[in-house]
Amino acid sequence: MTSPIIPDPIRAGLARGWKVVDGARLDADRSIEADVVIVGSGAGGGVTAEILALAGLEVVIVEEGALRSSSDFKMREADAYPSLYQESAARQTRDKGVKILQGRTVGGSTTVNWTSSFRTPAPTLDHWRNQFGLFDYDSESLAPWFAMMEARLHVSDWQAPPNENNDLLKRGLDKLGIQAGFIRRNVNGCWNLGYCGMGCPTNAKQSMLVTTIPSALEHGATLVTRARAERLVLRGGRVDELLCVALSEDGVAPTGRLLRLRAKHFVVAGGAINSPALLMRSKVPDPHGLLGKRTFLHPTLISAGIFPQRVDAWAGAPQTVYSDHFLHTGAIDGALGYKLEAPPLHPVLLSTTLNGFGQGHADLMRQFPHIHGMLALLRDGFHPASQGGAVQLKDGAPVLDYPLDELIWDGARRALLTMAEIQFAAGASAVQPAHETARRYTSWAEAKREIAALPQQLHMTRVASAHVMGGCAMAGDAQRGVVAPDGRYRELDNLSVHDGSLFPTSIGANPQLSIYGIVARLASSLAQDLTGQPAPRVTA
Amino acid sequence: METTRRSFLKAGALGALVLAAGGGIYRAVHTPRLERFVLDGEARAALEAIVPAMLAGALPAQAGERKAAIGAAVDGVHTAISALPLAVQKEVQDLFGLLALAPARRLLTGVSGGWTNADPQQVTAFLQDWRLHRLALLRSAYAALHDLSLGAWYAQPASWDAIGYPGALKELS
Repeated sequence: MTSPIIPDPIRAGLARGWKVVDGARLDADRSIEADVVIVGSGAGGGVTAEILALAGLEVVIVEEGALRSSSDFKMREADAYPSLYQESAARQTRDKGVKILQGRTVGGSTTVNWTSSFRTPAPTLDHWRNQFGLFDYDSESLAPWFAMMEARLHVSDWQAPPNENNDLLKRGLDKLGIQAGFIRRNVNGCWNLGYCGMGCPTNAKQSMLVTTIPSALEHGATLVTRARAERLVLRGGRVDELLCVALSEDGVAPTGRLLRLRAKHFVVAGGAINSPALLMRSKVPDPHGLLGKRTFLHPTLISAGIFPQRVDAWAGAPQTVYSDHFLHTGAIDGALGYKLEAPPLHPVLLSTTLNGFGQGHADLMRQFPHIHGMLALLRDGFHPASQGGAVQLKDGAPVLDYPLDELIWDGARRALLTMAEIQFAAGASAVQPAHETARRYTSWAEAKREIAALPQQLHMTRVASAHVMGGCAMAGDAQRGVVAPDGRYRELDNLSVHDGSLFPTSIGANPQLSIYGIVARLASSLAQDLTGQPAPRVTA
Repeated sequence: METTRRSFLKAGALGALVLAAGGGIYRAVHTPRLERFVLDGEARAALEAIVPAMLAGALPAQAGERKAAIGAAVDGVHTAISALPLAVQKEVQDLFGLLALAPARRLLTGVSGGWTNADPQQVTAFLQDWRLHRLALLRSAYAALHDLSLGAWYAQPASWDAIGYPGALKELS
């Protein structure tokens, strides 16, 4: 064996004796006791685990996915999607109208996200105060928590120039006189490779996998992997224990082994589909019928531009330029606004996103080096009629029912038009929106006329999501949220929710930093409640 | 986009019934209680007919290479399905079970006389019909076949030269 080019902090930690229990390798049922059990190791679970472990609490983190690390990250979609994503990156809404990307590995979605880091926008927080009674969620009160987590995770301005894929977005916006911005990233010593979505092979991305989870493990936490949180057992208004089923090596089938995790306090942080589903399976009290409801997705539209020059959209930091212009052209609770970004393209992601098949599809794929990708993320959950989706259980497994309604289709039409206009302004020779009946348009005039007439319908317009939010909303009163502003589940004494499912609307920006900052505050107050001591401050 | 709709596909409601019944019959015969996906017999033959239609223009022209490439893509589809949650594997199993049933095949796809020697034009025509069909169930079945076939093909490094994708930094991959 040759020594690896990149040191692997996870393998080193395991060699030092970190307490990690792999569900797939259990040959008997197992019980573990702790002060706090945390379900999920993503943005919410990771931040909570580090703060509680530093506070001296005994923590168990349970993760459905496996523990993979830089030595495993080979930048190949064929391996990455089945091993690192929920449902092999093919999770869909109930009517198959939206494809959902969510991580399922230690570090959750933070292990596979594209590193875009935004503080929660002030207009979103204003709306939460006015509509959901979240009075201490203003920008000023949250600022120190964002600052702490930005320092912890090296969130900073990206120093290298944008890759051509992002620069085209910038040039198109500049040409049209629309304001663009640069995206801050949570990276430290980034190699500018462009494979963030397949797990960072150099450990530069400051995901939970290489930051908070190792820190928690160094402080004595236990990590249980390949174990699915099945049900919370309730007794006398409290959670008594968590039952988990161990999963096979490939994460597909239960092995028949069970884990019983007992603790004084339980934190649910499994993401905005799996967290409400766990609570629903556990039949937790939900007097106002809110659980799993108002789940938001930032429904995302996609436009491909074909340029005379090479774009090489697979190469370089994936998302470094954005525009919020179209979030601010109308009222926040009016027609849906959208955020613009430029995603990385890789062969599987691109080929499955491009519509059609056969010769026409093959011809377009051959132009891959010249293809530019653009995304528009619709801000759902603010308009009174934008109620999002509902998590349901099908044989115990979660499925999100998210009806695509007129509000979405109206936004989709405007977003596809905007993206085509920007791509032509940047010099595209052709633009093809991700829509079954769209053609390749060769001028803005043609695209403008044709896109306006495209039928915006289920399965006709491609819609994707990498941001699932809501379903266990927090609010100032029980009528509007199952969770109180301190992250405590209202109906049970020892249960908290610490992930994106807390958000009463979508964020209107990539949500990772919103989760880090808000959960850092929640976890710090939980640590203080449980220990009677001031919570520790985390540092890099 | 105008497609030539054939009369058997206009029997939309009837088609939906057959689709539902087909899955049910298949399940009754195969007793799948969330078991792992199996690709055998006519189901495999169906995929071997669908993959070349999806990948037309991308497959090598030389007969031997073409056959091997189709085989690799079909295996890739099987591998991809095997990694899906069991509930999703069951849905895909139902779809292939349906495609394997001769009456359903004739009514819903118009492919006459079995999958093994299916006329490529008939296969392409049925995929085009399902792609824009007014029944959501058939549209989503098309979408699954689209993603599985194209995803399996472009997941292989062997397909990358043709599209100018260099793959990742060799030293780290």
